Amino acid sequence: MIKNGMGAAVRRKEDYRFITGNGQYVDDINRPNQVYAYIVRSPVAHARLASVDTAAARAVPGVVAVLTGADMATDGIGGLPCGWGIHNKDGSPMAEPGHPPLAAEVVRYVGDQVAVVIAESKAIARDASELVEVDYDELPAVAGLVAASADGAALVWDEAPGNICYDWEIGDQAATEAAFASAKQIASIDVVNNRLIANAMEPRSAIGEYDSGKDEHTLYTTSQNPHVIRLLMGAFVMGIPEHKLRVIAPDVGGGFGSKIFHYAEEAIVTWAAKKIKRPIKWTAERSESFISDAHGRDHVTHAEMAMDENGIFVGLRVSTRANLGAYLSTFGPSVPTYLYATLLAGTYKTPAIYAEVKGMFTNTVPVDAYRGAGRPEASYLLERLVDRAAKVAGLDPIEIRRRNFIQPDEFPYQTPVALEYDTGDYGAAVDKALELGDYDSFDKRKAESAGRGKLRGIGISTYIEACGLAPSNIAGALGARAGLYEAGTVRVNPTGSVTVLTGSHSHGQGHETTFAQLVTEALGVDFDLVEIVHGDTGKVPFGMGTYGSRSAAVGGVALVNALEKIRTKAKKIAAHLLEASEEDIEFKEGQLTVAGTDKAVAFSDVAMAAYVPHNYPLETLEPGLEETAFYDPKNFTFPAGCHICEVEIDPDTGVVDVVSFTAADDFGRVINPMIVEGQVHGGVAQGIGQALYEQCIYDESGQLMSGSLMDYCLPKADNIPDFSVTTSVTPCTHNVLGVKGCGEAGAIGAPPAVINAVLNALAKYEVDDIQMPATPERVWRAIQSAAK
Amino acid sequence: MYEFNYHRPASLAEAKEILAANDEAKIVAGGMTLLPTMKMRLAQPSDLIDLSAIEGLDGIKDTGSAIEIGAMTRHADVASSDVVKAAIPALAKLADSIGDAQVRNRGTLGGSIANSDPAADYPAAVLGLGATIRTDQREISADDYFLGMFETALAADELVVAVSFPKPKKAAYAKFPNPASRYAVVGVMVADTDSGLRVAVTGAGACAYRATAFEEALSSSLSAEALEGLTTDSADLNSDLHASAEYRAHLVGVMAKRAVQSLGG
Ligand SMILES: Cc1cc2nc3c(=O)[nH]c(=O)nc-3n(C[C@H](O)[C@H](O)[C@H](O)COP(=O)(O)OP(=O)(O)OC[C@H]3O[C@@H](n4cnc5c(N)ncnc54)[C@H](O)[C@@H]3O)c2cc1C
Repeated sequence: MIKNGMGAAVRRKEDYRFITGNGQYVDDINRPNQVYAYIVRSPVAHARLASVDTAAARAVPGVVAVLTGADMATDGIGGLPCGWGIHNKDGSPMAEPGHPPLAAEVVRYVGDQVAVVIAESKAIARDASELVEVDYDELPAVAGLVAASADGAALVWDEAPGNICYDWEIGDQAATEAAFASAKQIASIDVVNNRLIANAMEPRSAIGEYDSGKDEHTLYTTSQNPHVIRLLMGAFVMGIPEHKLRVIAPDVGGGFGSKIFHYAEEAIVTWAAKKIKRPIKWTAERSESFISDAHGRDHVTHAEMAMDENGIFVGLRVSTRANLGAYLSTFGPSVPTYLYATLLAGTYKTPAIYAEVKGMFTNTVPVDAYRGAGRPEASYLLERLVDRAAKVAGLDPIEIRRRNFIQPDEFPYQTPVALEYDTGDYGAAVDKALELGDYDSFDKRKAESAGRGKLRGIGISTYIEACGLAPSNIAGALGARAGLYEAGTVRVNPTGSVTVLTGSHSHGQGHETTFAQLVTEALGVDFDLVEIVHGDTGKVPFGMGTYGSRSAAVGGVALVNALEKIRTKAKKIAAHLLEASEEDIEFKEGQLTVAGTDKAVAFSDVAMAAYVPHNYPLETLEPGLEETAFYDPKNFTFPAGCHICEVEIDPDTGVVDVVSFTAADDFGRVINPMIVEGQVHGGVAQGIGQALYEQCIYDESGQLMSGSLMDYCLPKADNIPDFSVTTSVTPCTHNVLGVKGCGEAGAIGAPPAVINAVLNALAKYEVDDIQMPATPERVWRAIQSAAK
Repeated sequence: MYEFNYHRPASLAEAKEILAANDEAKIVAGGMTLLPTMKMRLAQPSDLIDLSAIEGLDGIKDTGSAIEIGAMTRHADVASSDVVKAAIPALAKLADSIGDAQVRNRGTLGGSIANSDPAADYPAAVLGLGATIRTDQREISADDYFLGMFETALAADELVVAVSFPKPKKAAYAKFPNPASRYAVVGVMVADTDSGLRVAVTGAGACAYRATAFEEALSSSLSAEALEGLTTDSADLNSDLHASAEYRAHLVGVMAKRAVQSLGG
């Protein structure tokens, strides 16, 4: 095996930079003559803007400009576009109201942008912002799904009656009804998937800069996908052609999805920078992040599973209402539809599935993808329902899963909800997890806990997800308004070092390490001689960025394809240098050898020959050694796995402690097991956060109650156990790397495992439901009401 | 934050002068409560008077019958003090449970009890141990000090200088932390003192208060069983995102029992 190649647990290259404080995040960047923006945001959830008076703010010394939605409208700035269109049951398109970056007439959530104050310092901008006099004519607000769906509810948008953005369906309703009619037993469940706020460590930030000499714009932004921002903002909002707009997303301190989307502030600083001819920086304060970063999840669902007499699933029907917030965020509509309901088959052979989803507008922050995006909602629903089904059928939760799993010899497997799974072995992952988690001796541990007055419970989930977004033609047919391929360029430098330009973006995933490993594996170039460049539309080829666990499965494969082109050309050059035929050249571990001889040339000498082509087949081969590949995947990838959680509950207080967590995941082939394990740790921590701690709460008037880290509870180190993590591999069948993706699995598999464990611990009280987050008070109340 | 003038006087007298001369002036100790409020623009003092340069305001002394702790003593110093650990281990443990390491390294005893946040920990110790608050003007007994939510017996121009905690025969503190902030949702200090059995509750009500029914029960039998069947009326208790009044009332009982159980011999 090549040192630091595929499969090696190489330490992350980028960490030295980060832990020594040498990262360069957007807010670290300062441009000459820069000024600062502060956004005036609506303090009310719904109001008509009777007047916005900026005179007093403009008069403050140091204030450069105060701009409003009216100014934007005058300049013909467009609305923030939505990147995914959904159709209603009747085939009509979803309601798609406009989304002005600065509200001009009506504000629709607490945090909605009303004006921007630009000044010589942040402090001046902030002080002056209080002098912007806004007259809000308050309108009735609907701050959640229940209020928005009530009879006679106030409307967020006149063009969306009943606050319904879309009423969508998938699956075969008639077949599903027939399955229910013939069912021997039915399990049903109502679940709420709690609303979350991503809370990336780095708040969002943007710098707009305009070069009037060249008529060029540059936007520095905290983005997971700078080319997507360039496309959306350039083409739809600002009307700037691509060659005049450069988007740079340098080091980014975590995204979890919340930095995929095109946000108003990016357009505001880009627009205003040209107006005032100075670079403008905006950086969110933490409390601003809470009311301006897209939120995640927020579903209410009723579902039923029909079974035969043996607990075999025969039909599943699901009815979900999903909160989209006040405006459609970039990918908002796709999350509760194609990223959610297409996963409702799970790892099971349920032959008939029908799901309907109502996407609802509310007077809250827009909702969009958050780590897992739709798939955690599907897996939480299904894995809770399967545990219920086990109870109804009188089966062990593991047994009912095994009975219903799609078997290894049944792939490729077409689900009733659009997806075709390529491969998997769900039973194998269960076996591994049970062994690693020492499942069989749980009773001993339960007794030991009981001795300390604690209730111990164990819970399982056998999740699946669809990653590697996505075959562009399929995504397009489902409503995506963009392609979903990825691009990679390999630039071999004359002395044999390698620069990779990738359209993927690293904001915690460790691409600078794993992508370098792929180069080392293919070319034998020393790991330290490889540089991964990403996040700059001025440098890298057009790429779609990083989300949906797609970097390795799409970006990595694009890179490998480009590397293969390099290998092919290198062999041609070597054949010339070694006076052999191309077919006889073997390329291994950085050496190109004539098979069966000791005639060889090092890859670095091949590179030199390509750039100093004195002895080179110029008649048939171009000089230079640089190749690009665009890769559009043939299918989604389908990571799956088994998570087992053990909790201990203090019956006096209701406090739930996660005491052990075991994960056996099938991510396909693994490039760097240490990084994969780290991704699982992070994902599971967020999953535990959703299950036990995190809860975004609005009051009836639409004020965010959990608007700071003093109230919005992120899990902390002492809330998280030591993890037992392993992999159970079936390589992906349709990409050359055999990889599936690992970034979101933890957040998808963990919440149902945790809640199933909580319910298992409470079994003696016959508690059969608890909503996330399972806070101490909720657990205590569940025990109280059962004890009565 | 709004603009303000910053002062760092070298003496208490000078601090008082600045305070007297500026209506909107505020004392700043560790700043862990005041600064976040200013950053959120919920407070707008004209002047900040930083006490950290005044000699004699911090430090921990064993006076024989009591432990005296200066107002500017940081939570971390109380938590790690051998003197406190030897004489009143429950107090060291309480200090160690406050917030996080950064908060403990900056936050002060004086700031905490001057602020009298309903969820703060120290008030339970001050009241539970029957401490005496020494100000620049007088001594105030703990029983007369906590008046309501963010309300104490301190006059507007009065500064906490030190707090004297009589050494108890034994004492224990049990806390149910807010999972997000780690403030006390409910905290109960139980102390067997020379002046009798004391039970002080923080987090549950508007300010720290003594649970007299618990004190009576424990005076006749210092055991968790003695608290069995005693309930707390939730009518006047706090209710927020993290805990309803009813749940807090329940927790008061649980934490009291836990404190009693950890009293030791
Ligand atoms: C994240 C976080 C978590 C926290 N968790 C906890 C917790 O778990 N438990 C807990 O008890 N507390 C907690 N706190 C509060 C912390 O303990 C503060 O330190 C304390 O409440 C105030 O002390 P300070 O020295 O920081 O006071 P400051 O913020 O400087 O001042 C607070 C108030 O007291 C006044 N003041 C200060 N010193 C004096 C004095 N000597 N005389 C008169 N008035 C004075 C000031 O004028 C101001 O009004 C937390 C705080 C934060 C930010």
